[in-house]
Amino acid sequence: MAEITLAKAVNQAIAEEMRRDETIFLIGEDVAEAGTPFKVLSGLVEEFGPERIIDTPISEPGFVGIAVGAAMTGSRPIVDLMFGDFLFLVMDQLCNQAAKTHYMSGGKLTVPMVLRTNLGATRRSAAQHSQSLHTLVAHIPGLKVALPSSAYEAKGLMKTAIRDDNPVVIFEDKLMYNDKAEVPDTEYLIEFGRAEIVRPGRDITLIGTSSMVQVALGAAETLAREGISAEVIDPRTIVPLDEDTILDSVRRTSRAIVIDEGHRSYGVTAEIASRIGEKAFYHLDAPVQRMGAMDVPVPFSPALEDLTVPTAEQVAERARLCVRGEVFDAA
Amino acid sequence: MTADPKTNRQGYLRMYRQMVRIRVFEDNANQLYLAAKMPGLTHMYSGQEAVAVGICEALRVDDKITSTHRGHGHCVAKGAEFRPMFCELLGKAEGYCRGKGGSMHIADQDNGNLGANAIVGGSAGIATGAALSARRAGRDDVTVCFFGDGALGQGLLYEVMNMAALWRLPVIYACENNLYGEYTRVEEMAAGELTARAEAFGIEAHRVDGQDVLAVNRLAQDLVERARKGEGPFFVQLDTYRYHGHHVGDINRGYYRSKDEEALWKSERDPIANFGRWLSEQGIAGADDLAAIDAEERGAAEEAVAYAEAAAYPDAGEVAMHVHAQTPALRAL
Ligand SMILES: Cc1ncc(C[n+]2csc(CCOP(=O)(O)OP(=O)(O)O)c2C)c(N)n1
Ligand SMILES: [Mg+2]
Repeated sequence: MAEITLAKAVNQAIAEEMRRDETIFLIGEDVAEAGTPFKVLSGLVEEFGPERIIDTPISEPGFVGIAVGAAMTGSRPIVDLMFGDFLFLVMDQLCNQAAKTHYMSGGKLTVPMVLRTNLGATRRSAAQHSQSLHTLVAHIPGLKVALPSSAYEAKGLMKTAIRDDNPVVIFEDKLMYNDKAEVPDTEYLIEFGRAEIVRPGRDITLIGTSSMVQVALGAAETLAREGISAEVIDPRTIVPLDEDTILDSVRRTSRAIVIDEGHRSYGVTAEIASRIGEKAFYHLDAPVQRMGAMDVPVPFSPALEDLTVPTAEQVAERARLCVRGEVFDAA
Repeated sequence: MTADPKTNRQGYLRMYRQMVRIRVFEDNANQLYLAAKMPGLTHMYSGQEAVAVGICEALRVDDKITSTHRGHGHCVAKGAEFRPMFCELLGKAEGYCRGKGGSMHIADQDNGNLGANAIVGGSAGIATGAALSARRAGRDDVTVCFFGDGALGQGLLYEVMNMAALWRLPVIYACENNLYGEYTRVEEMAAGELTARAEAFGIEAHRVDGQDVLAVNRLAQDLVERARKGEGPFFVQLDTYRYHGHHVGDINRGYYRSKDEEALWKSERDPIANFGRWLSEQGIAGADDLAAIDAEERGAAEEAVAYAEAAAYPDAGEVAMHVHAQTPALRAL
């Protein structure tokens, strides 16, 4: 075991896979010598050369489209999309082309590509560099969507994403690049569609994704001191979604809060909460709660921005209300 | 294409036959629509045959193409068969895409056709990526990106042409200027010269009569061979005309183009009739030979239509198949 940063974990995953498989290349803006603005890819061009770590012009739809075509013809491209906010520029190539090609061709063509990008607010970057847009792509059949919550997940999920024969979008929390976690020295993969019970508990289930796993763990810690036992679940991939692990947990604890950094409305929290409502309703002792980013463009001012994302204290407070049966008074 | 026509008799007859195949395919597809036997609408390639055939006859099976909503011609020209094509048009299980793609999404990867595309300009990235794949893998296959004049309005095309030029990719951008995008003239949508767009990136650009299969083929042979050697990318403007409406349901066209204009292209500039006449003049094929080809292909198309009409629809169980590809377990661990 070694303690490494999330950035290093991503870097290692890509390097290991590129050593294993010649057909993999990486393409994006400032990915080579610069190693991306977050320095996640530093050192890769030195090992693999500019033919495999390809710097592009600032043409997101163009290089995503090129990756789709390359993936259809024997390559396994990894696309680096500098900010998750730029997904809006590449939606046609990702959602109309990559996502649909396998289905529309009756299974003849495959698009084994990874699009790695990021999510997360509170970096004081304002509304066009702070969004968590995984819901957008999770809505489109044909894509898979992974949300690593630590260096361990980041490495294992990235390696699996690269080996998957489908277009996979993987969102890293840009605030977590320097967070460290234990990572095995030996090779490992994390299977898609397998949620992790990060912390077992009895009284309430906190389902958190990506950055919100930390928030849920923080809340669980606080609650434990008050005698409330919270189970924390990290779905790790939202497409495919490990519904069974979530439902099993909620049937045991009878209460649930879903926490995700996407906007609260029409998002991941709505999806997971409604599945719990549909399939575990008679096990519930409290209405399923949802916590996400406020439905506002992310504001710049720290005084405002910090209000938009759920905190551990807010999650703990909501959990107390659920456990006390007072949730109807919640804001 | 060799200089002496007689030494390439087979090649010429094949080009003639391929153009006839496209025409009869479209005539039958149109009939299926008129007889209310076809689900949805479709876009006829009739009139533009010399473009697809002239180019695809310069390609190998392992060369790639990407195609458009008006894609039947490219598909036939790249080697597709009638039965699975008509099955696809009718949404049958034996279609090239098991009925899931339909007219606007036929893909035939065994023949290097990476698929038609219902997003105007949507395949420009795919074609360029296929060329990048080939280059990286050390293969010498070439990709041709077919698109209409309308796609010149799409930014994606300029992004990928820029990258193709920077990286000298083996891709040929084939712009079929049939003078209209839907119901609007090209002059109203594209400022300046069409070829100038590519030239701005330092891409060698050509303009050719898209009704002259020999001229198209001669140019294509040259550019494909050069692209194979790493001299690409290239851009070609092919001047052509679609005989039918924008789609089969576009019957009353008077508000955007005249009957006289249509008649002139059909009578003076038909790629099949003109090539047939040339074949006769050169003594390569007599009127009887050509009529025999016409009859054979018309028969083949009618047989394939009957086959497709009788063919089975996909099982209901297929609706949820192929959303995701199954990743082999070995690769997973
Ligand atoms: C991005 C996009 N915008 C609009 C359309 C609707 N549309 C379908 S075909 C077409 C015209 C395309 O013209 P052109 O590229 O010249 O091809 P042609 O039909 O002449 O073969 C339009 C506007 C579309 N399919 N995709
Ligand atoms: Mg046109």
